This record gives sequence, structure tokens and C-alpha cells, in this order.
Amino acid sequence: MWSFFHKLGSPPWLFGIAGSILRWLVPITLIALAVGICWGLLYTSPDFRQGNSYRIIYIHVPAAVVALAGYYVMAIAGAVSLIWRMKMADIAMKSCAPIGAALTFLALVTGSIWGKPTWGTWWVWDARVTSMLILLFLYLGVVALYEAFDNKAAASKACAVLSLVGTVNIPIIYKSVDWWYSLHQPATIKFTDESTIDPSMFYPLLLMIVAFYGLFTCAMLMNMRVEILARESRTKWVRKLVGG
Amino acid sequence: MYFDSVSAAIDMAGHGGYVWSAYFISLLVIVYLLLLPRLRQRSLKLQIAGELRREAHAAALHESEGPTVTSPGEN
Repeated sequence: MWSFFHKLGSPPWLFGIAGSILRWLVPITLIALAVGICWGLLYTSPDFRQGNSYRIIYIHVPAAVVALAGYYVMAIAGAVSLIWRMKMADIAMKSCAPIGAALTFLALVTGSIWGKPTWGTWWVWDARVTSMLILLFLYLGVVALYEAFDNKAAASKACAVLSLVGTVNIPIIYKSVDWWYSLHQPATIKFTDESTIDPSMFYPLLLMIVAFYGLFTCAMLMNMRVEILARESRTKWVRKLVGG
Repeated sequence: MYFDSVSAAIDMAGHGGYVWSAYFISLLVIVYLLLLPRLRQRSLKLQIAGELRREAHAAALHESEGPTVTSPGEN
């Protein structure tokens, strides 16, 4: 167990293992995305109330779910880097932020496009939309904070604190549809109760959620590899790797 | 396929503009997320390789000039 943690802290080991995971994870993710997109776009029947506009769900929900989960990953990595000063945790935290921002942006934009035919407006200051917008600013805040410091250690500490403080927002997003009057519908996929979504819509949605988790993981591992290379550019193993 | 024709799939009973534009933006984000790190890694490797070449060149130059080069402090 401890040797695993030791390996996790070793840049060349992490660089190599991330590379070998990416070799099979990227094709699987791309296939899952392609199948899920075609399934949702062309092969499911329309919603009886929303018509075809509901097909945006296959992008909107996975993007939002993974954007939230990604925040936890970033905050946990931040905590590890803050407490144990683990360099690789800092790299993981830094790698999450731009991906989370892109997915939150995607969830907001697709939600806005879906809102027009369904709610009759592009934007509404609804509790869930507003808390998602805050999530976007938190992600962008971490990205910007990294750039703002010249001192790497100080940047990493500040970003870890920001991401930890920001976790307060996550349960608010989850619970926003129950706590406030909202245009968003309450959850239709439930773990403890029977889901109120039709299986013909549920399976493609589930596939897309899994595919988006794959997308997040791939992008994060790729970002980590770049960051490791950049930070270790003066070391022997990187020079050997590049020099061949 | 649920739709009878390609044009029906594009139109989606009037919702086509919304649905297709949402999917198009998603595609752009997916490509951005997967392609950008790849491009950054490539340019970083080129940059490191360039540094290595420059260093090797400088070392070779230093060696060829060898003992004839003396710094002012040594005289």
C-alpha cells in the first residue's frame, strides 16, 4: 500500500502509467461518446411533452454531473497537496481546473439552448443555474490564481484553499432544486427509489455519463503528463525520453 | 433510426436548430479537451529537444576549442 503511494509520488512512474492508461481509455471513450451521441440524437423517441429539444439532455446532464464530480477530485487533490505537500497532487489539482471549467461552460450553454424552447428564455437566475455559474467562476478562479503567482508553492497553496472553500457550493447545486423554487425538474434518476425516467432514455443517458467520466479522466491524465514534462524538463529521465 | 428522413432528422420538428447547435458546441469542447494537451505536449517536447541540441552544440564547441581557450582569470 505504502509503496503504491511512493510510486504515485514519482513523476516518471506516473507519466508512464498515465500513458499506458490513455492508450486504451482514449479509444474506449471516443467510441462511447460516438455511440451515445448517435443513440441520443437519432435513435431515441422524443419526449412527449418537450418534443425533440429534450435530446440536449444527453449532453447537458453528463457535462453537469462530471463538472460537479470533477470539483471533488480537484478539492481532494488540493487537500492532499496542502496537507502532505505532494507534488503530484498539486499537478492533479492544476490539471482538473480547465477541464472542469470547460464542462461547466458546456452544461451552462447547452442548458441555455435547451431553456429557450422549453422555458421560453435563454437565461434565468434560477438557483441551480446561478450555483452552476458560481462553479464556473470557482474553476476559472483556480486557473487564474495559478497564473497570478510567480512562486509555484504559494500558487499551489492558494489554489488548494480556494478549491476547498468552494466545495461548499457543490451540495448547494445538488440540493438547489429541493431547497428553492426552481424551473429545473427534481432528480429523475434515483439510487434509493424507483427512477422516473423511461429506460429507453435512461440507457443512452447512462452511457453518455460514463463517456463523459472517461473524457474527464483522459483529459486530466493528458494535462498531468504535460505538466509533469514541463516541471521535470531539466531532469535526466525527461531528457532521455525526448532525446530518444 | 427514429426519423423517417435526413431532412426530418435535421429539422427535428422545429427543434433542430437548438439540438444540433448544442451538439456542435459539445463536439468543439470535446475536441478542445482532447487535442489541446496533445498539441501542448508536442510543442513542449520540441522545445526540450531544442534545448538539448543547443547544449550538445555548445559542449562540442567547447571541446573542439579545448585548451586554447583560457579565461582571463587564469592568466
